[in-house]
Amino acid sequence: MILALIILLPAVAGLAAFFITWPFLRRALLLLTAVSHAALIAFCWIVRPEPILNGWIALDSAGLLFMTVSGVLFLAASIYAIGYLSREPKEQQDTDEGFFFTNTPENIFIACLQLFLSAMALVCTSQHFGLLWVAIEATTLASAPLIYFHRHHRSLEATWKYVLICSVGIGLALLGTLILTVSASAIHNNLMISELTDNSQLINPEWLKAAFLLFLVGYGTKMGLAPLHTWLPAAHSESPSLVSALLSGALLNCSFLGILRIHQVCVYAGQSEFSCNLLIFFGLFSMAVAAVFIIAQKDFKRMLAYSSVEHMGILALGVGLGGTAVFASMYHLINHSLTKGMLFLAAGNIIAFYKTRTSSDVKGILKRIPATGILWTAGLFAIAGFPPFGLFVSEFTIFKTAFDQGHFYICAIFLALLALIFAGMAYVMLNMSQGENADGKEKESLLMVLPPVVLGIITLILGLYIPDFLTNVLNEISIIFGAL
Amino acid sequence: MNIADSIMILLLLTNLGLLASSRLNACIKTVAIQGLIVGLLPLVATKGPLTIYSFLLALLIITVKGIVFPYLLKYTLRSVDVRREIEPFIGYGASIIIGIVALICSFWLSMHIPFPDKILSATAPAVAFFTIFCGLFLIVSRVKALTQVMGYIVFENGIYIFGSALFIEQSFLVELGIILDVFVVVFIMGIMMFHISRAFDHIDTDKLGEK
Repeated sequence: MILALIILLPAVAGLAAFFITWPFLRRALLLLTAVSHAALIAFCWIVRPEPILNGWIALDSAGLLFMTVSGVLFLAASIYAIGYLSREPKEQQDTDEGFFFTNTPENIFIACLQLFLSAMALVCTSQHFGLLWVAIEATTLASAPLIYFHRHHRSLEATWKYVLICSVGIGLALLGTLILTVSASAIHNNLMISELTDNSQLINPEWLKAAFLLFLVGYGTKMGLAPLHTWLPAAHSESPSLVSALLSGALLNCSFLGILRIHQVCVYAGQSEFSCNLLIFFGLFSMAVAAVFIIAQKDFKRMLAYSSVEHMGILALGVGLGGTAVFASMYHLINHSLTKGMLFLAAGNIIAFYKTRTSSDVKGILKRIPATGILWTAGLFAIAGFPPFGLFVSEFTIFKTAFDQGHFYICAIFLALLALIFAGMAYVMLNMSQGENADGKEKESLLMVLPPVVLGIITLILGLYIPDFLTNVLNEISIIFGAL
Repeated sequence: MNIADSIMILLLLTNLGLLASSRLNACIKTVAIQGLIVGLLPLVATKGPLTIYSFLLALLIITVKGIVFPYLLKYTLRSVDVRREIEPFIGYGASIIIGIVALICSFWLSMHIPFPDKILSATAPAVAFFTIFCGLFLIVSRVKALTQVMGYIVFENGIYIFGSALFIEQSFLVELGIILDVFVVVFIMGIMMFHISRAFDHIDTDKLGEK
């Protein structure tokens, strides 16, 4: 019952928002949905809800964690959206090329935001590979109009790329799903995750490997693993900042969950060596590609997008290493989403005041908009994995696991890439924060500052202390995916 | 040679036709024919007497892929007023050669995969791989948005052929998914092309980045 509410509530609210003409009511509805969705998720932490639809929809530890992350981020993004939508004019001039453009009507934007949340909740709760596929497809469809919020040719190109590349990826994932049914043709209900893991000895390993490969390529496209990440920088930089925050912090995770589910089947079927090695390879490769593009990146939102590619790589690497690194990888996922959400929202503030995305045109954020400046600087250290932020704990644990397992070359590459990326980002971001500004100090509204500050504070707390309930859930997840 | 084999050969020919053709009108026709043939697969793939389910499925696929999509594509073609795919990234001669190499690879691949015993036709997996390849190839090698959409439809057809070749019947959801997926994707792409053609007077996707 609770699960049905979690999925249907945002969907119904989304459809309703489409027909509401009064802006105030629409925004209130968005906020109400976000708050009640978060409250429902909080309730799930206390009492784990019953499965519905013959177990097709059920909430396991991994689903709970992923859903919580997207719920928290959505709450922050929708509070930010209230301020954003009220200051966004109907027609405005492009900051780079000077032409005028309009926005997507607000009712479509708010409706799609909520449908997007609903689709993500369905991804997190699907226990059936067919349903999971439909849900991930639905996230693509719901998020495409969000990227095309500013109606001009660059965002149109970004949306086109996003839909085309991701739908090819999703097509390949469908092929993977078909091959999975072939591999498990001896099992009766062969798309249910629980059936597959319970009867894993009946699965044909060769076909399972082929299925895993297609899942990895298909959902990996959407997750942003290099070299399939090509849609990601454009989509993240052209969409409104709150959408970028959601894409980076919630959507990419949901696609990762798709890969984790098939990885789980591989682990139970004794094929974890194959899947782990692929995850390690793609993880390191994504980090390397991100490092290349972060250095000398002129557009600061694009830089953040490449940083997401890097962190998705770290997640894949952690799961690939197995053992304690799975725990660390899941912890990394939470902290990355919070930190990246905070950074994208801060980037939105910077764009609001400076009217540009070119990092060399931005100087003296700390002097002009101090709160955003502090967020931006703190965000740099948080995303680079400095103590006392949460990402330090997870990156250190992943490093340590690789070291203990004797993968010294992985350790070396990992550290070198992290250092390189930190240097690249620090150069850009510190130059933006520091320096003089001619415009003098300006006032930021509370709605702009509060959501990123709260996200930042949570990741700071998580760097110092992991609550017991979180440790328990993370332990359960690392047993499922741990390949131990 | 049975019906399934002849269908596979027809599908193969439509793919080669798509690789060779520069006229968008002809491409749309070929995609429509391919959609019709793919729509016949549920009837061929049913063991024993025809069920209502497989009949309805065939009807649905033929309607969507053989009639609705081609109509939408034609409509878009008229509204954006282009006739030919000019200057593709890879020329037509080269496309054919690449296609033939891919065809050989597909047969080689399907011969080296240990398929389950029950299979629609010996050529079916190879044709499925080749169709998937052709779809992806059209997406990456052609400039016009319209041709890319057709590439996507061909790609989806390939996945569908693969599914019916291996008699994957029980997953109704998956079959539903394919149709839903393509329908919505084409719908969205159609709307987008509308915007593209209105805003920029051309539908070349690689020119979207310029101004």
